[in-house]
Amino acid sequence: MKILVAIKRVVDPGVRVRPLIDGSGMDIASAKMSINPFCEIAVEEAVRLKEQGVATEVVVVSIGSPVVQEQLRSALALGADRAVHINTDSTLEPLALAKLLKQVVLQEQPQLVLLGKQSIDGDHNQTGQMLAGLCGYPQGTFASRIDCKKDEIWVTRELDGGLQTLALKLPAVITADLRLNQPRHPTMPNIIKARQKPLVVIPLEDLGVNVQPRLQTLAVAGPKLRQQGVKVTDVVDLVDKLRQEAKVL
Amino acid sequence: MSLMNSTALVVIEQDASGFSPINLKVMGAVACLREFTVLEVDLLVVGKDCAAVAEAAAQIPGIRQVLIADGDDGEHQLPETLAPWLAGLARDYSYLVSGATTFGKNLLPRVAALMDVQPITDVVAIESSNVFKRPIYAGSALASVMTDQPVNLLSIRASAFTAVEPGNFAAPITAIAPPKAQQLSRFVSQQQVSMERPELTAARVVVSGGRGMQSSENFQLLYQLADKLGAAVGASRAAVDAGFVANDMQVGQTGKVVAPELYIAVGLSGAIQHVAGMRESKIVVAINKDPDAPIFQVADYGLVADLFTAVPELIELL
Repeated sequence: MKILVAIKRVVDPGVRVRPLIDGSGMDIASAKMSINPFCEIAVEEAVRLKEQGVATEVVVVSIGSPVVQEQLRSALALGADRAVHINTDSTLEPLALAKLLKQVVLQEQPQLVLLGKQSIDGDHNQTGQMLAGLCGYPQGTFASRIDCKKDEIWVTRELDGGLQTLALKLPAVITADLRLNQPRHPTMPNIIKARQKPLVVIPLEDLGVNVQPRLQTLAVAGPKLRQQGVKVTDVVDLVDKLRQEAKVL
Repeated sequence: MSLMNSTALVVIEQDASGFSPINLKVMGAVACLREFTVLEVDLLVVGKDCAAVAEAAAQIPGIRQVLIADGDDGEHQLPETLAPWLAGLARDYSYLVSGATTFGKNLLPRVAALMDVQPITDVVAIESSNVFKRPIYAGSALASVMTDQPVNLLSIRASAFTAVEPGNFAAPITAIAPPKAQQLSRFVSQQQVSMERPELTAARVVVSGGRGMQSSENFQLLYQLADKLGAAVGASRAAVDAGFVANDMQVGQTGKVVAPELYIAVGLSGAIQHVAGMRESKIVVAINKDPDAPIFQVADYGLVADLFTAVPELIELL
């Protein structure tokens, strides 16, 4: 089974980001960048499936300017076999990303497409579902467990009110939730080996997809700040304040 | 756009009890949308044996009708079944609306892709008939996005809106042809969490524990506190990752977003990813022995204390 994993380069989750003063976007020019944590879990799952002998090849793909090759190399260091970089300087919406990924799916013909459930920058939580819809594939979103059966794949999904297990026909799209696995740390030899693994660059224009944005961002602003509160001296003081002052008890 | 009549189709969410209370919050968002446009609203109930849900939905004020699509194939509401059918229905509306729950998040983008529409997910404020606010970067910022697509697909973050009151109404219920089964996906099983306590996103009081709880057993302390307060129990990602509690209790950027009247954070550091899920709470209490924990920056009342002495004392006093 061939697996395609789509990954995104995002601001590292440990970095605190703020909107730009002019409201045109976020101040991320000098921020440390990483693979989106959910995408990293997706890569790890694909590599594990290969180690278990279920998958034969793991291909990673990312869309963006040449800097995304850094994250593609990280994914190769985790154990992916080769990488595809769709080169564009534009910031794209999930619909456009899904259309581009569909073209890669058509070229690569994977049996399974793995993605993170959401990226921690845009927080859209859309691309996997849209890709599945565009390809006409079944979708297993927010996956916390994957079991490969004979000609289907069973996915356990994290729902608001519990867990749901679905059986999907292949090819399928699965998006990773936090509990799917704990990604490994790449070893130094694997980081060095990753530099030699194949990475092809496809100019966005070659894919013949209209990526015109559908939405216009008018402004980006910080959230309402919470007023700094007070420290209470003890539990008696706390209960008293909650009763008398806040009136929530 | 604002001068024309618009129409909205709201996908009604069902839970173990039938009609999910989330729907009332989603309708609160629809009420906000009405401030900017004359809106005819239809509610859609799809599933198997869902007549009771449709009757509950019909009690929502100000709607034109409830559409019910009842049939065997709609059971479990799989997106592969629903999306193509819903994409056809939604073309006649200006808005297709759902909650930003795992149900809505799973379904809406698939429908949008089939309609060639870029959806707007996790809407927290409505600024006009075509400008919506949504959080980005774990709520570190809010983006105002404008759309001029002919049909707009919105998922609503329930905690950001006031629930409408269902009343003594009975909107007409119209049966429509249900979706047809497909061969792509099949339901296997569902493990429902027990509902001894209020649901996190609907609770008036939420008690949350972090890594400082140290073990799954120690969460009993929070359950006792929650039972005294009629509260729901949540957890930080650290507590979930450590295996203390199930993931469906996670509050934060990638878990649930809550906005209760009272949020009590216990042994919880207050990472930005967690704060993203509770920052809109009305009153925040933090109990942590580390005086420098970031949670104190968002707490109205901070108590620097060992939770294992403070929480039992608090239970005693309530």
